[in-house]
Amino acid sequence: MRGAVLAGAHFMNGDIAAAEGSIAAGCRFFAGYPITPATEIAERMAERRPEVNGRYIQMEDEIGSMAAILGASAAGMKSMTSTSGPGFSLMMENIGLGAMMEIPCVVMDVQRGGPSTGLPTLVAQQDMMQARWGSHGDYALVAYCPNSPQEMFNLAIQAFNTAEKYRIPTLVMADESIAHMTEKVIIPERESIKLVGRKKPVVTPEQYLPFKPDEDLIPPMALAGEGYSVRMTGLTHDEYGRPAINLAAQTELIPRLSEKIRRHSPEIIKYEETQMEDADVVVLAYGITSRCIRRSVERARKDGVKAGLFRLITAWPFPDEKVKELASKVKAFVVPEINLGQIVHEVERAVSGRIPVIGVTYHGGGLPNPELTYKAIMEVAK
Amino acid sequence: MSDLFVEKLEGLEELHPSDKWLRTDMLPHIWCPGCGLGIVLKAYIKAAEKAQLPREKRVVVSGIGCSGRAAGYLNQDSYHTTHGRSIAFATGLKIARPDLNVAVLSGDGDLFAIGGNHFIHAARRNMDIKVFCINNFNYGMTGGQSGPTTPIGAKTTTTPYGGFEHPFNLPWLAATCGAVYVARWTTLDSRRLRDSMAEALVKKGFAFIEIISPCPTGFGRPNKIGSGLDEMKMYMEQWDLKPPNWIIQEGSNPREADITLGKPIVVGKFVDIERPTFLDLYWKILPHKEEHLLNDVEKKQVAGAKA
Repeated sequence: MRGAVLAGAHFMNGDIAAAEGSIAAGCRFFAGYPITPATEIAERMAERRPEVNGRYIQMEDEIGSMAAILGASAAGMKSMTSTSGPGFSLMMENIGLGAMMEIPCVVMDVQRGGPSTGLPTLVAQQDMMQARWGSHGDYALVAYCPNSPQEMFNLAIQAFNTAEKYRIPTLVMADESIAHMTEKVIIPERESIKLVGRKKPVVTPEQYLPFKPDEDLIPPMALAGEGYSVRMTGLTHDEYGRPAINLAAQTELIPRLSEKIRRHSPEIIKYEETQMEDADVVVLAYGITSRCIRRSVERARKDGVKAGLFRLITAWPFPDEKVKELASKVKAFVVPEINLGQIVHEVERAVSGRIPVIGVTYHGGGLPNPELTYKAIMEVAK
Repeated sequence: MSDLFVEKLEGLEELHPSDKWLRTDMLPHIWCPGCGLGIVLKAYIKAAEKAQLPREKRVVVSGIGCSGRAAGYLNQDSYHTTHGRSIAFATGLKIARPDLNVAVLSGDGDLFAIGGNHFIHAARRNMDIKVFCINNFNYGMTGGQSGPTTPIGAKTTTTPYGGFEHPFNLPWLAATCGAVYVARWTTLDSRRLRDSMAEALVKKGFAFIEIISPCPTGFGRPNKIGSGLDEMKMYMEQWDLKPPNWIIQEGSNPREADITLGKPIVVGKFVDIERPTFLDLYWKILPHKEEHLLNDVEKKQVAGAKA
């Protein structure tokens, strides 16, 4: 029987790599519901469960899946679910519960064309704003956007580490093309994989306050069944976990849920820069789009425009500071994405009118045509 | 009036026998005078004592509504989740920690309207959780709207001319979905309720108890019933539940247990059977490596399932 970490070189698709990354990260509980194009993640988790003493349950819907992974994580198991657009919409309420109860977990959204049932088998990047704002109320999460099966593996591990460290649901915003792309994936030895666990209380049950944050704004987490009489609620609550329906408790709790991410954003935010040293026009992209438009950047370079590629690895929190800094050095941003304009608004916000920001919109259903982005680069460079 | 109250005696602490199981910092509770929820909460505490379940092994999960607040009053692990999702949350928790005793305390609207899907599937799987449904025939917290259990003819704020939808027969629903323990009690049967809850808490598999409970504010007022006690008396008298007919119809057919004006409310235990649980079958079918198992409880479960 295989172990938890299948060290070696593999030829696998993005979904399978994401499942392997999760298992390597210590995920032992999966709850999900079949949905294209994310089903292979569930199938792989189901297949691998006896080999790693994992728990798998196919729930009655995505609402239940999301609730179940929160319950399992409250009892101490690293937990995850995977889905696509319609299921992601159904998970939103309990993603908010996870943010409110500060329960670590990982949600993988393999994006397909929408709205509604849309294009079940074809690519899009239309859930990026939903990842940030989808559940009601104010909160902050972390969302990664892988651009290869290798990165599906790597970022699955990263997502678990982030979820555990900051006590949040962490999102992996993949897309159909990356999920169904089969490529070489190198899985490292178990010893070389750095794992992070959630912070545990260092006080007695009598002294423990479940929502009293440490200086890093993250409260230590006691689990069910440890004798700590954990009290959690989706209502606004005080440090004791008591419902507190008042201004003071809201003022204490809600800003902290966002601030704990904002304050740590320098260590959370990840991006990749290619040919950026002398760039005049920055193409900012993520996921499959970042691969397709390399051709646009290269062609623009050949035609004499100094174009560079800035790839988001974390979409949320958005790298405001970095984009602001770039806006004072470069002449324009070009933002291609497979939606009618989502992340481009973040770029516009950070740039704040100082230089042109050109969105290149692809409506989904096929890979982005590099020609359109090339034209946008050449146009803005005139 | 002050001579009606006993002076605090030197050396004696003012404690209710259930205080040690309650988060007394949360009291007074939010429930209206005449509400049945306090009786159910106490029945759970007494049942857990009777079943000798240690505090650190007990978890209560609740949903939204007046009954959803019950979890937060218990001095043990408690999770007050989203509307309708308590069973799904409890499912994840139980699978992750099979050695814990996981109970769901919630209302009829939470469990059977918005949460109905999770209920039927947890019963089908025979998930080893205990679901205690406090049925007050309406949505109390939002001000008395009709729900999936509101009897035909009953007035609520959204059925001002009387309810006109067929209500659920909860014991029958639970039984047909596969629950291994199904009972119905009222808050007037507090001792029988306690004993039945104790039985359900240690019953292996999906156990369900419906607890008919008064809601003088949301249900009593629009129907001109009066106090909570008057409401319970009405269920006894008008629906022919007079003592000694209050006798429990042990093992009666849950199909006949529908609640209809003019028809007696059948209470008692309907189902008490054995069926492999979700985890029994989970362990049995999977080729688990025993050395990977997390704790002794799970090892026993696997050994039991394979035997």
